[in-house]
Amino acid sequence: MRRFSAWYGGHQVLQSIDLDIPEHQVCAFIGPSGCGKSTLLRWVNRMNDSIAGARAEGSLALHGSDLLGRGVDVVALRRRVGMVFQKPNPFPKSIKDNVAFGARLHYRLTRADLDELVEKALRAAALWDEVKDRLGSPALGLSGGQQQRLCIARALAVDPEVLLMDEPCSALDPRSTASIEALIRQLRSNYTIVIVTHNMQQASRVSDTTAFFFEGKLIENGTTDLLFTSPTQKQTEDYVSGRFG
Amino acid sequence: MTRPEASPTARTRSSHLVLVACALAAFIAVAALASLLLTIAVEGTGSLSWKFLTSFASRKAANAGILAPLAGSVWVCVICALVAIPMGIGTALYLEEYAKKSRLQGIIQLNISNLAGVPSIVYGLLALAAFVRFFGFRSGEKPLSFSIEWSELRVLAPGNPDSFWFVQAPFGSGVLAGGLTLALVVLPIMITASQEALRAVPKSLRQAAEALGSTHWQVAWRVTLPAALPTMMTGAILSISRALGEAAPLLVIGGFLMVLQTPTNLMSDFTVLPLQIYNWSGRPQEEFHRIAAAAIIVQLAVLLAFNALAIFVRQAFQKPLQS
Repeated sequence: MRRFSAWYGGHQVLQSIDLDIPEHQVCAFIGPSGCGKSTLLRWVNRMNDSIAGARAEGSLALHGSDLLGRGVDVVALRRRVGMVFQKPNPFPKSIKDNVAFGARLHYRLTRADLDELVEKALRAAALWDEVKDRLGSPALGLSGGQQQRLCIARALAVDPEVLLMDEPCSALDPRSTASIEALIRQLRSNYTIVIVTHNMQQASRVSDTTAFFFEGKLIENGTTDLLFTSPTQKQTEDYVSGRFG
Repeated sequence: MTRPEASPTARTRSSHLVLVACALAAFIAVAALASLLLTIAVEGTGSLSWKFLTSFASRKAANAGILAPLAGSVWVCVICALVAIPMGIGTALYLEEYAKKSRLQGIIQLNISNLAGVPSIVYGLLALAAFVRFFGFRSGEKPLSFSIEWSELRVLAPGNPDSFWFVQAPFGSGVLAGGLTLALVVLPIMITASQEALRAVPKSLRQAAEALGSTHWQVAWRVTLPAALPTMMTGAILSISRALGEAAPLLVIGGFLMVLQTPTNLMSDFTVLPLQIYNWSGRPQEEFHRIAAAAIIVQLAVLLAFNALAIFVRQAFQKPLQS
């Protein structure tokens, strides 16, 4: 993204962001509440489209193809860029139907192909062994951590290139958080992952690069190791050492 | 710092007073309803019989039955349901999922809320002009009429009034006009109920579907509508039970008819239970009052059955939408 700025109504939430997100790595967005990191994330798959008054300028591109123009096919874009939300939000359907939802939107599949795809996605989300005997039971009967992994499986089932995660563990207990984090590290080899987090330890545990945002500006961006151990900016240092935020 | 204390006895006393007042209010309401039901039960149960349910109206109260109004009620309510439910859900979907929050949308919304409060007899007048007379298109004496002959697959004109596939224009005061009239009456209720059902679907579900690359229509059809459907169905059943109790608008379009047959097609003359009750209870003879009470019992039984069905649907099909 280059010189990317975004507004909600008259309020500018992001100011001229320049940032490259490397492929097949985990990139963490950190920063205090209201710094614009979630907004930025939601622009990548255009989830802000449905919010009245939201607009953006500058450029945002995925593998060189523009994402912001009027002519961009948002439906096709969202197939390439999956998203996992803060709170697990499975559909009130069976486990299998949840995973198959996206695939059914985009492909015409035979029953066998669909079963295979569901299994593959659930395996990729490290949930298969826990649910393989009850694929037909309601997804809302799963625990919070399982629901969130189901949501990840659901996003993986449409075979995206990028996975956006908006504080995926903030509604989960520590054990579920640990399993999601382990999963994120595994997924890195096949997907580009962008994760927004409030938890600095989490950022340092799962990410390869980290971008620190403050009041709508990108303050610092670099490999996670460097950013946490020897930040170049005073604000970054204060934030990662827990002096504010 | 000292504060003057409110007297504890005065506080308990006022609390008791409110309790007594509320209990009294509840008692008066229930007592009025109970005495009404009791009177009707005492007066009507003697006339209730299988024969009463399966006979046509008669000049002699002892021979009279409610087959025609019962069949008429079923016909108009089915037509009303077939029209009002899809239209109500469609309108609600449009207003909630598609329409931009504009001035126009605000005006439509305000009108729908207001229409729910319009006296039903006004809908009767509209329906008389629109459905019964087509605003004066051709004289009612010589309507255009058609019927379909399936055995030979041809359309007859003029149609055969005994055929099930008989249609005329203008509709005249048949069951089709009656059903459409009731659909007008219940549409605002149906729309509002469906809108509320759609609004109750958590935003997170819509976002999940959008983020997977659903089109607007796919979100509505695969996620929002299924999640809202049980609530919508409850609203639909209650709307239809309202339609079942309407007499005024149907009185305007057709007047009371002594109908001696069950409807055979959409153009058939009809009467409905509330109209029959109104007619019988207005007669001077005591015997007719008794059969009117019996008809009220039947009407109440049908209404209760509908409400029970609504409760059942709510209990059986409504699932939690979020954990």
